[in-house]
Parts: sequence; C-alpha cells; structure tokens
Amino acid sequence: MTPSATHRAIDAVWRIESARLIAGLTRIVRDVAVAEDLAQDALVAALEQWPESGIPDRPGAWLMATAKRRGIDELRRRVTVERKHELIGRELETLQQLDRPDLAARVDDVQDDVLRLIFMTCHPVLSREARVALTLRLLGGLSTPEIARAFLVPEGTVAQRIVRAKRTLAEARVPFEVPARDELAERLSTVLEVIYLVFNEGYAATAGEHWIRPALCEDALRLGRILAALMPREAEVHGLLALMELQASRLRARVGPRGEPVLLADQDRARWDHLLVQRGLAGLRRAEELHGALGPYTLQAAIAACHARARSVEETDWPRIVALYDGLAALTGSPVVELNRAVAVTMAFGPEAGLEIVDSLADDPALRGYHLLPSVRGDVLVRLGRLAEAREEFERAADLCDNERERELLLSRAVACGA
Amino acid sequence: MRFMVLVPGSPESEAGEMPSTELLGTMTKYNEELVKAGVMLAGEGLHPTSRGAKVRFNRNERTVIDGPFTEAKELVAGYWIWECASREEAIEWLKRAPFDGGVEIELRQIFEADDFGEQLTPELREANERLRKRTAQN
Repeated sequence: MTPSATHRAIDAVWRIESARLIAGLTRIVRDVAVAEDLAQDALVAALEQWPESGIPDRPGAWLMATAKRRGIDELRRRVTVERKHELIGRELETLQQLDRPDLAARVDDVQDDVLRLIFMTCHPVLSREARVALTLRLLGGLSTPEIARAFLVPEGTVAQRIVRAKRTLAEARVPFEVPARDELAERLSTVLEVIYLVFNEGYAATAGEHWIRPALCEDALRLGRILAALMPREAEVHGLLALMELQASRLRARVGPRGEPVLLADQDRARWDHLLVQRGLAGLRRAEELHGALGPYTLQAAIAACHARARSVEETDWPRIVALYDGLAALTGSPVVELNRAVAVTMAFGPEAGLEIVDSLADDPALRGYHLLPSVRGDVLVRLGRLAEAREEFERAADLCDNERERELLLSRAVACGA
Repeated sequence: MRFMVLVPGSPESEAGEMPSTELLGTMTKYNEELVKAGVMLAGEGLHPTSRGAKVRFNRNERTVIDGPFTEAKELVAGYWIWECASREEAIEWLKRAPFDGGVEIELRQIFEADDFGEQLTPELREANERLRKRTAQN
C-alpha cells in the first residue's frame, strides 16, 4: 500500500471505530474530553505506525489497546512529576480502570456505550449548536473543519464550541448513562432533534450557495440508522429514520441541472431513490406497529409516505395528508405545521380554504421573517388567479430568504406572475 | 456512496444446502454489526440457479435456458448493499466479514445520478423523461 492509500484506509478505520472507541474510553475515564484525547493519541500512533507495519487485523482493538496504554503512560508520567499522594483520587481510579484488560472485548457493552455517548452529546445542558457539533464530532467521526464547512461557520467557532461543550459536560457532571424510563421520552426527543437538525441543514440549507448538501443528510441518516439499531423498541426513532429516508429518496430529483431547486410538484418521480423509499415505508410500518398514538416524527413520515406512494401530484392522497397534519398540529401547536397544513388543504379542498388558514397566520410572531409564509401565500394566490398579489408575495419571500438558490427560484416565480 | 457486495455461489449453495448453524451465527453477528453501524441498506441470499433461468438475446430471437448453471464460483449466491463514505470504508467493512477458504468477495460501487455527469445531457434527460411519462400513462 502507498502511504496515501494507507492514510485513506486509516481514515476509513477511524470512521468505523471512532465512536465506539471514544464511547468505550468515556466509560472508563468518565470524561469525554479525556476520552477523545486518548482516542486522538491512538489515531496519531496509527498514522505513525501503520504505513510501516500495515493495518492490523483487528484495527479497533489495536486503537483501544493503544489509547489505554497512552492513558496509563500519561498518568504514570504525572505521578513521577508530582508526589504520589498529590495524585487526585479520580486519576488513580482512572489508572486502575485503564489497567483492566477485558474492556474492549465486550461488544454488546460497547454498543450500549455508544448509546450512552449519544445521550451525553445531546444533553440538555448544552446549547443546540453545541449538541450538533459534539454529536457530529464524537459519533459522526467528522473533523472540526468538516463540521465548520458543513455549517458555514469559521473553524475556530466550531473548535471553541466543542471545547466549551466538553467542559460544560464535565462541570455539570453529566453522567455517562441512558436516561431512566421516566425521563427517557424527553431526553430521546432532544437526541432526535439533533439528528433531524443535521438532516435538515443538508436537505434545505438555510444559507449559502447550495440548495442541498447531501453529505450532511448522509451523516444524519447514518446516525438515525445507528440509533434505530440501538433502540429498536422506540417508535419515534423508527419514525424519524423513516422520515429522513423518505425525504432523502427525493434528494437527487430536488436539484435541477444547474443546481436550482425543483419543488415536489415538478420533480421527476422516476428519479426518486426507490431503495430509500422502500426502507422508509418499512421503517414507518415498524413505527406504527410499536404503539397506538403516533408521535410527531412518525406523523411526518406518514405524510412523506403519502407523497412517496403517489405516482403524481394529482394522484396524491391529499385528504389523508390533511388529516395527518391535523394530528401533527394538535400535537405540536406549531405555526410551521399549520402553514404546511394550509398547503395540503389547498390541494385537497381548494385555494380559498387554504388562503383562510394562511391569512390566520399572518400575524403569528413565530413566523415573522419566515420566507415560506409569503411563498406559500403567493402559491395559493396564483391558484386563485390573483397574480399581482402573488408577485408581491414571492418578492417578499425572496427578500427574506438566505439561500441564494432558493431566492433565485422565488424571484423567477415572481417574474412568472407577470407585471 | 453506495456499494454492492457480491457473494459467489459454492457447490453447497448450488445444492440448496443451508449453511451450518455456526456459520449462520457468525453471519448474523456480522450483519448486526453492519446494521448497528448504519452501513447496511439491504442484503439478501439467492436461491440456487436450479430455480433460476437465463434468457439469451440474438437479434429477434430469445432463447430461455433453464438452470442449474455450471461454474458455481462465477454465480452470485447473495448480495449486500452498503452505504459508506468511501471505497476504503467499504473495503474495511468487507475485510471483517466471516469468510474463509480462499473465497473472493467482489465489491462494486453503484452508479448514482452524479456519476453520469456530462454523459446525461439535457436532451437525453428530456428523452428519458418523455419515456417515463409514457410508461406512467400505461
């Protein structure tokens, strides 16, 4: 293998092993920052040694053994520098833990460790941005520059965010555990929110020159699939995964040849990814079978499934979509859901009914500055033949929109309304 | 990116023999690992070629050839579809599969829309679309 081929192979091993490695080390040292440092040290050692020695047969076990050895070396070094009685108890304990030989071998435990790590990086003591950055870094195996590029923020900002997040977790003494039954639902919804935030930033980028960023969707899908395998009895986990698979199935039909957005109604449905459609529909079935009351992600997946099953816009079961949005609106009380419901009502029962809902949202403070409010209103007005008003709405929407590709689309729709 | 892993047949798979409990166990464990890593999208085993057929194309002529087919090791007995970040990652995963005895497992990248690039001109795209519309009407 050439050195660069070995480096690419090490990258691949890192992507496969890093989450389990950091999770396993966090269980031992009880500090995610120390665990990550040890894992990084092991990676550096691999980068030094593997180009010479070749990649070991069990690279995960090699990395774990190396990380533990480094941890022991580091602590021993400190012991000789300081006097032994000055060594704090925690470090002594860590040293003893690291010396136990059997830890890397217990595969099931390691899987549980990954789940514990997810709940830690998505802990409510952290800000939303911090949860996203830390989860992508520790569970997605993304580097700081990769995260910075994905969210269009400076590298220093992400690095700061991650350092502060790790400090916050340590200071708040956030335990390394899966939450108990009574708080599980609430904590799980935070985890699902983090994954869906990542997905959405890839699916409809809020800023920048690209309309979609598929790599972020892939990262979110991967996290969703990992979580679904770790928590197979949680309906909403399957619901979220089904929702993401169904939405991702449209990714390649969602962008035109010049990078412009293509809306659902105009998409070539033959270009949808049918493997993802099938996986999404199967995931939705699993979610629906698990318990009676459908959660918000499962309801959204059910809506996405109505589109996935339809061969065209006209053949879509719009009344069912309206009913599902009714359920979702009752559950969330969200004005964004209400706005989506207005679109479905327009399609099912005509633009007058849709406009009534849109206009009832006009003064909602949560939608102030949200470009999709005037965009939807413009859409409904076009259907009513009120083109001059529609044009104004599309122009207003374009003004509010931060994504360049989407703004171009809105402006072209304004132009299409005529003078 | 997406990969297909092609598992070749063997005299045993062609005879319709199920693998030993032990092999089934290790294979199940491996599949679980793939699922838990979010890598596996699909995977199936195929019945022996005695239950399959071939169709040979020659001008307007279509000849149906019933299974079984010879050369078991050139036949496909099963496949996986994986989602990985790189070819290297797919290779790393494949290296962990519980195969033995000199068997060679083939890994192939699946074409995605972007891979066609310039080849799929707007005209070709349009022609494709017309074709699809017509099929949708049938």
